[in-house]
Amino acid sequence: MQSARPTPSEPTGRALLKGLAFASPFIIGFLVLYLWPILASGYYSLTDFSLFKAPKWVGLANYERMISDAKFWKSLYNTLFFTFVGVPVDIAISIAGAHILNQKLKGQPLWRALVYLPSIVPAVAAGFLWRWLLNAQYGFVNEILRWFRIPQPNWLLDASWGGISVIVLMLWTVGGTMLIYLAALKNVPQELYEAAELDGAGPLRRFWHITWPMISPVTLFQVIVLIIAFLQVFTQPFVLSKDPGLGTQTATGPGDSMLSYSIYLFQNGFTFLKMGYASAMAWVLLFVTLAITLLILWSAKKWVFYDNR
Amino acid sequence: MTTAEYQGAALGERVPVGGRFGWLMTIYRYALVILLALVFVFPFIVMLTTAFKVSDEIFMAPPELLPRSWTLDHFVGALTQIPFFRFLLNTVVIAGLSVLGTVLVSPLVAYSLSKLRWKGRNLLFIMVLATMMLPPQVTLIPIYMMWNKVGATGTILPLIVPAFLGTPFFIFLIRQFLLSVPDELIEAAKVDGASEFRIYWSIVLPIARPALITSAVFQFVWAWTDFLYPLIYLNDEESYTLSIGLYSFLGEHGVQWGPLMASCVLFTLPAFLIFLVFQRYFIGGIATGALK
Repeated sequence: MQSARPTPSEPTGRALLKGLAFASPFIIGFLVLYLWPILASGYYSLTDFSLFKAPKWVGLANYERMISDAKFWKSLYNTLFFTFVGVPVDIAISIAGAHILNQKLKGQPLWRALVYLPSIVPAVAAGFLWRWLLNAQYGFVNEILRWFRIPQPNWLLDASWGGISVIVLMLWTVGGTMLIYLAALKNVPQELYEAAELDGAGPLRRFWHITWPMISPVTLFQVIVLIIAFLQVFTQPFVLSKDPGLGTQTATGPGDSMLSYSIYLFQNGFTFLKMGYASAMAWVLLFVTLAITLLILWSAKKWVFYDNR
Repeated sequence: MTTAEYQGAALGERVPVGGRFGWLMTIYRYALVILLALVFVFPFIVMLTTAFKVSDEIFMAPPELLPRSWTLDHFVGALTQIPFFRFLLNTVVIAGLSVLGTVLVSPLVAYSLSKLRWKGRNLLFIMVLATMMLPPQVTLIPIYMMWNKVGATGTILPLIVPAFLGTPFFIFLIRQFLLSVPDELIEAAKVDGASEFRIYWSIVLPIARPALITSAVFQFVWAWTDFLYPLIYLNDEESYTLSIGLYSFLGEHGVQWGPLMASCVLFTLPAFLIFLVFQRYFIGGIATGALK
């Protein structure tokens, strides 16, 4: 970690000034864009306030109101659904795809680029594109299902498929994770496979006993990064569920099935101007994120393998 | 190198050097990778061909992939039905200034956190890490209130000023890069009596170029594709970015899939070009494992 060696001639006071001078933009940024807003948000969450009226202290009333707010629970449920279905599928597809890319193939840069390309697409454009692809009548997804004689759901208008549609859209950008796994696979020492093969281990056993443990630190990191991203999802369901001709307050999908936590927070803060309530929701999100992250980190010692050679 | 021989070993495709069914395995490998690529690329093909179809053909069940007659009408529609060039200019200005802020400021802070030795440095680094993990929803409303108080909502300031105060993520990325730069180079310049800023500017920055380019291209794509922050801060059509402009497109005109797909094509194109030119910096940035 420490790579800078002390310059013998430099007095500490001068060094401190230099360090602070170079870091000063971020010190200002930290105070103005992080520290103060965090404190203010905590305070706002205990008040009733909007853009137009000063904060009025209400204690824990905002938090209590969540308990009986059905939409709050719906949005929390949806977001946890996106996360706990989306993240495992994301990881599984990434590992499988990374294996395909890790074969002896010509044109590696091309394959990698094609897989990553969707991650560059503006989320709004991606959302519109997938609305069209998932269109029950004219969309290509159902057309492909029709070829294989698989039943075709009404993706965007059936409340039980709305959440799946959001996950499908988010999985289109799985390429980044896939490339991280590709790098991880290339780092697994090949002697291990050679040794296992001499012992007569088949492909599945080789995966389970060598590949999976060797890439488990990457999996741990990716699971956490993805969970944080999924818990905050906003744009994808917002665009998928937009109702033509209506304002932003209707972006919730059939039976509110696409109402993500962040969308509901946004609606409370900027559409209904209940900024105290929205701030309280932000703190609940922070604690949910922390709790899940800590749970995963705690479970890590059971399934993450660190190669300490 | 034995790596090549055993690539894909985990799935069982050993690369049979001169095996009898070697060609079959080759076909199998390429079939798999083409199928994989197709899943990711197919939606683009639909986006592109839909944009070139005449309106009657767009609404055809079952859908056909290729247009029977090609038309440029929807691209004309995309450019004229919404103030496309206005939105484009706004997006370019915001993305450009964000990139400028990032490359000017984030390496300064990263330098302080990697090559300068001062009391409090570790504390500041912990602050950088902590802010990276904070859900932006927590700070969203107070920061909005702050911009509102100084009368800057509706301007692009809330969207670009943060880049000029150092983005935690890029500070982290550049710091990691600078840690691998040997101190000897800097020490030598010090002995020659160069000032700290001069050392930073003429020695450290040129060395850090790869990390700077990686940060710049990611910042560009993030700013180009950003939706939530422009949605919150830009309330006047004059100042809309393409993200917001496209979003409102659907509301004002019902669903006109032709022009909508054409504008999606035009909106995506610049990000693609940046990706093609700087591909190795993207892939390099992702491969560090830190980026997604």
